[in-house]
Amino acid sequence: MTAALPRAGMPTADEILAPSPGALLRRRILRHWGLLIGGLILGTIVLMALTAPLVAPHDPYDQQLARKLIPPIWHASAKATWAHPLGTDHLGRDYLSRLLYGAQISLLIGFSAMLISGVIGTVLGVLAGYFGGRTDMVVNFIVTTRLSMPVVLVALAVVSIVGSSLTVVIWVLGLLIWDRFAVVMRSATQQVRSREFVTAAQALGCSTPRILFTEVAPNIVNHLIVVATLEMAHAILLEAALSFLGLGVQPPTPSWGLMVSEAKGLMFFDPWLITIPGVALFLLVLAINMLGDGLRDVTAPENRA
Amino acid sequence: MLAFTLKRLGVALLVALTVSVITFSMIYVSGDPAIAIAGEGARAQDIDAIRKFYGFDRPIPVQYYDWLVGALQGDFGRSYHMRQPVSDIIFSRLPVTMALGAAAIGFALLLAIPLGVLAAVRPNSFFDRFALTLAVIGQAMPTFWFALTLVLWLGVYWRLLPITGSDSWQNFVMPAIALGYYVTPAVMRLTRAGVLEVLSSDYIRTARAKGLRPPTVLFKHALRNAIIPVVSLSAVQFGFMLGGSIVIETIFQINGLGYLAWESIQRKDLPTMQAIVLVLSVIYVLLTLLADLLNAFLDPRLRVA
Repeated sequence: MTAALPRAGMPTADEILAPSPGALLRRRILRHWGLLIGGLILGTIVLMALTAPLVAPHDPYDQQLARKLIPPIWHASAKATWAHPLGTDHLGRDYLSRLLYGAQISLLIGFSAMLISGVIGTVLGVLAGYFGGRTDMVVNFIVTTRLSMPVVLVALAVVSIVGSSLTVVIWVLGLLIWDRFAVVMRSATQQVRSREFVTAAQALGCSTPRILFTEVAPNIVNHLIVVATLEMAHAILLEAALSFLGLGVQPPTPSWGLMVSEAKGLMFFDPWLITIPGVALFLLVLAINMLGDGLRDVTAPENRA
Repeated sequence: MLAFTLKRLGVALLVALTVSVITFSMIYVSGDPAIAIAGEGARAQDIDAIRKFYGFDRPIPVQYYDWLVGALQGDFGRSYHMRQPVSDIIFSRLPVTMALGAAAIGFALLLAIPLGVLAAVRPNSFFDRFALTLAVIGQAMPTFWFALTLVLWLGVYWRLLPITGSDSWQNFVMPAIALGYYVTPAVMRLTRAGVLEVLSSDYIRTARAKGLRPPTVLFKHALRNAIIPVVSLSAVQFGFMLGGSIVIETIFQINGLGYLAWESIQRKDLPTMQAIVLVLSVIYVLLTLLADLLNAFLDPRLRVA
């Protein structure tokens, strides 16, 4: 009866029926509403930002003072027109076009600042977690020092001294918000370091970089992605706050924080001027956070609270 | 406990010292602070005058030493714009920001602890989901936009509260809500997690087995232990708030430290800027030290670190 015995290399019936880890992951993703909604909103905003030059109805810098402060289309005002679906600002610039181009600024700053802080924080955290001892003490000290300095204040002060530009804002934020990366990567690395396969690699005589990249890195990358999304949201909020205070992105660049700031004086008469960019910021940050929380849930289901 | 206290005190001192070095060198990030103050295109003799006035012509270590020794004695130099000692200005504004911070943390705790406890007592219930949704929404709202929206609704449409100023307690209600809501999610999650963990512990089972009424078990036995980490988180968050109050104070024109920081950043009043960053950082260091010591006092297991 050779037919009953599975041939070497052939999967058994159980193995065929049991879903692969990838399929399990896909199933968890498709069942997680928060992740799906977050991903959908973020995807839409990214698409809007990328296609802004194609879909924006007007030039975001074009001032038409004769057409200033047109209310958005849902207002029961005779001035509302489909030529400017979201209305125009105090200089007669099309609000929808500025909103679309503003998405580019938010995403660019959020993503770049997150990359910079991610590199700094991950290096510090992994070193502290892997080597422990004195390295850990030093990194802990650096993180504590960084945490004790007020982020918004230091960012504002440095930007005001150096002079504000897109690059300066990205670097200042990137150099300031790596603390959560360091803390999370440290504890994730500590957990991986004590696992058997790391000990085995050490016993085999693998070099430290090799262990870090091939043994540790794949096992902490899910934590990294979660922190990266949360920190991107953090950077976007900080950029908006800096621009709102007049020390972030400079006019006439369309930044959502700057749009709220410019409309501040008019908000009692034309409240939609602060509502539209404010809601856009809220939705973007909400979407990124939902995506981050969702990714944490589906990649580490055993840790779900 | 003594050894632990001394060790933590030493680390705190070292952190404060490092912060002072960073704060001091902050004004050198652009190269020459005299040019930063004078602005682009200033005349050479003006720059020279500024250099002399602030003492930038002396060797940097000497400048740092003098500044630090002065700061330790409460002397931060003279503000160029206000023509009075920086310390006088700071200590006249600090109580306002402290009051705002206290009101904000009070609001956050009043909202977060009951919600956290309710969420933990009935996990996955309507309350739990409501609290979670509130947390997710709260974390995504840009502070400045939330503050302006409060002004619009509570101040202008419903005329419930005054919009600006810091004369009566009513002036602090909106700023406290705007500043405090951002902390609410973190406190709520920690309360929920703490109560959930404690409720599943042996001594709670014993208390229940003794026949104690559920409220007694919850408030006298569970909450007392679950609240310890919340207390230390609140201390840390209070420190964050003092730094973050700059946005809120500028919006509501509250004459506190945050508004002073914004004014001095606008006027490039470097001595005032430095002093505010240093004072806020040292307050934060003291708060975390206090939180650590309190935790170690309440929970002896933490004293080993």
